[in-house]
Amino acid sequence: MTTHPDRYDIVVLGGGNAALCAAITAAENGAKVLILEAAPKPYRGGNSRHTRNFRCKHDGPLSVLVESYGEEEYLADLLRVTGGRTDEGLARMVIRESEACLPWMEAHGVRFQPSLSGTLSLARTNAFFMGGGKSLVNAYYRTAEALGVEVLYDAPVRHVALDGQRVTRVEYEHDDATHVLHPRAVIVASGGFQADIDWLTEAWGPPARNFLIRGTPYNRGAVLKDLLDQGVTSVGDPTQCHAVAIDGRAPKYDGGIVTRLDCVPFSIVVNKHGARFYDEGEDVWPKRYAIWGRLVAAQPDQVGYAIIDSRALRLFMPSVFPPIEAGTLEDLARKMDLPPAQLVATVDEFNAACGDTSGFHPTELDGVQTTGLEPPKTNWARPITEPPFYGYSLRTGVTFTYLGLKVDETAQCSTAAGKIENLWAAGETMAGSILGQGYLAGYGMTIGTVFGRIAGREAAAHVR
Amino acid sequence: MYDNPIEEARRQSQICNACRYCEGYCAVFPAMHADRFFSDGDLTQLANLCHNCQNCYYACQYTAPHEFALNLPGVLAEVRQESWEDTAFPAPLSRAFHHHGTLIAAATVLAMALLFWAARHLPGDGTGFYAVIAHSVMVAIFLPAFLLPLAALAVGLRRYWKRVGGQSVTLADLRAAFGSAATMRNLAGGHGDGCNFEEEDVFSQSRRGMHQLVMYGFLLCFAATATGTILHYGFGIEAPYRLLSLPKLFGVSGGLMLCAGTLGMMHLKAKAAPDLQAPEVRGGEFGFIALLFTVSASGLALYAFGGSAALEPLLALHLGAVLAFFLLTPYSKMAHGFYRLAALTRDAQRKR
Repeated sequence: MTTHPDRYDIVVLGGGNAALCAAITAAENGAKVLILEAAPKPYRGGNSRHTRNFRCKHDGPLSVLVESYGEEEYLADLLRVTGGRTDEGLARMVIRESEACLPWMEAHGVRFQPSLSGTLSLARTNAFFMGGGKSLVNAYYRTAEALGVEVLYDAPVRHVALDGQRVTRVEYEHDDATHVLHPRAVIVASGGFQADIDWLTEAWGPPARNFLIRGTPYNRGAVLKDLLDQGVTSVGDPTQCHAVAIDGRAPKYDGGIVTRLDCVPFSIVVNKHGARFYDEGEDVWPKRYAIWGRLVAAQPDQVGYAIIDSRALRLFMPSVFPPIEAGTLEDLARKMDLPPAQLVATVDEFNAACGDTSGFHPTELDGVQTTGLEPPKTNWARPITEPPFYGYSLRTGVTFTYLGLKVDETAQCSTAAGKIENLWAAGETMAGSILGQGYLAGYGMTIGTVFGRIAGREAAAHVR
Repeated sequence: MYDNPIEEARRQSQICNACRYCEGYCAVFPAMHADRFFSDGDLTQLANLCHNCQNCYYACQYTAPHEFALNLPGVLAEVRQESWEDTAFPAPLSRAFHHHGTLIAAATVLAMALLFWAARHLPGDGTGFYAVIAHSVMVAIFLPAFLLPLAALAVGLRRYWKRVGGQSVTLADLRAAFGSAATMRNLAGGHGDGCNFEEEDVFSQSRRGMHQLVMYGFLLCFAATATGTILHYGFGIEAPYRLLSLPKLFGVSGGLMLCAGTLGMMHLKAKAAPDLQAPEVRGGEFGFIALLFTVSASGLALYAFGGSAALEPLLALHLGAVLAFFLLTPYSKMAHGFYRLAALTRDAQRKR
């Protein structure tokens, strides 16, 4: 074990958006900072690599954002998705701070672009990163390095030693050896634990073995578990994760945005026995994709199959993999390993329950519904009759976990005995303090940016 | 790099189309996102819209070692290269010169030798240059050497236009295309910070700047020749021209820009990652840039030392380089300018 001389005032654990905002801010406030990133350089940046925008309050047009988006409306959007499970004080602070973050981000190398095609509904609320989250991460690494921040890749942290109300030691692995640091302050920004399938299975149950992890394989929650084991105060439901239905052919880890599958509202979804199990047309997809993660998780083998016909193919954003195609439903069933007779019977029964489809409208709740069918399809219920037929498999894709470190408005961590003098947390690892359930697009990056800057500022003030 | 570039481009474009994070960088992505199934012609068009700024590569979360292994600049470079070689007339010449810088060098040496021979063995018919090589000889060599490659290019562009489904061209299409080329908007990176080219994800204006030096330098040199021709035939004023004449002003400033720009392009290209371009034509690309440099440097030398005994060899070297450059235009990297304009014109049609 190698003990290094104390060259660093602050060690930041993690290498994504929150970690970088913290490191940059601390360095700008005069601290000597080291980033320990568990991933190798090509995979640096945690789940921030996969993000695309930042939800931002603004009182008038700001950068690429149009019109205005006020604090109350923002908060109402947040309360709606979290079902009220949020710390309103912290949530309001994040919302208020978000407006100052955007120019700060631009000044530190981030570039924005107008809302992407297919996402016009977000043009007012979410500022999109030009090139996506990895370009943001690249810009921040360049900025941090120019400020003298040092970065170690392939450097997973093994232990953060807590002695009373103080962190005394950080142990990490690098180049096949264990190293020890004694920084004067530590910032944890190492995400959730969703890539640790064993932990996920322990929390959720055996079906979690079949879940796909949408983001980085490096968010295994090692630091989180280590700190919780030492009595650091936690927040968030330890058994829950944010899960959505994604393309079943996606890789086990790191599939990201492209595995999104938006076809469900225009399809019928069956399980591996060829039977439907839920109303596919309950609401527009952005409001329903999260519950489908759970619905699919409850089916045998945690898999679903969306079936559409040729008329529906162009109604949704393309997915990364072309759909399975066949001239008849029987052939489609065979290609997808579904029982052909059962699939045909399910489609026939659905088609027979469809009524007048003249009001069909793909972008609004059109009320075109089935009658006498169980479960019903309450919108976009158009018969599946026009070959070729197409199918996509659906699996549960985990975005993030809710369990995290509880922080106060200064991003400081605590134990039951009180505040920990020199430990701060930012980003996904403390987001459970604000997001008790659900998710609001672009809010994770807002939490990471706001709390990253706070943690950096507070830690730098502590070591000065 | 890829066994079947067009199929690989299709696979990668489908992934890009499901992501769309790079939409703001350049003209490729809005064109790609307009549809979800890509014909060979669509991919050819996207490839020729791509200016190889590489911003999308360094922003991409799906590049190797990720299993999706995206390298859009690389695969589009190969599709683009194939499209030039397939549509060129005659195609085998294109394949030869694009791939082998040594063949470009050999053609240049041959052209220079021809001019040496002409200088030595054919009588002059005037003063200055024309005492070395008669004006009538120059016209006899360069008129076909200028017009035949243009005719070959026209055949190639026609084939390209058909492949990408081009419609009849309006003035507005051309205005959009030339406007984009004039500013190299597609090398500005969308945000105006420029490209990632010579040092991973660092943005710089170097490549855009060097390309502009080459392009405007070349156009100035061309303007020098054009004004010289007008003065000769229209006004009976023959070369050599004074420094404060249009051919000299255009030629000297253009020659200096072309010299600096070609050296800069070679320097940048040497620093850039070969796999994000088309590695198998690297030799031909360097050969072509070196030829352009030879054209400009020998032209400047001719201006500087044309009054000395070196006039004859310098004139033969310069005119030989120019001859090789003209003849190779449809079969070398020079063709990209014409295809790029065609692609920008086609893109303007898509947007109208």
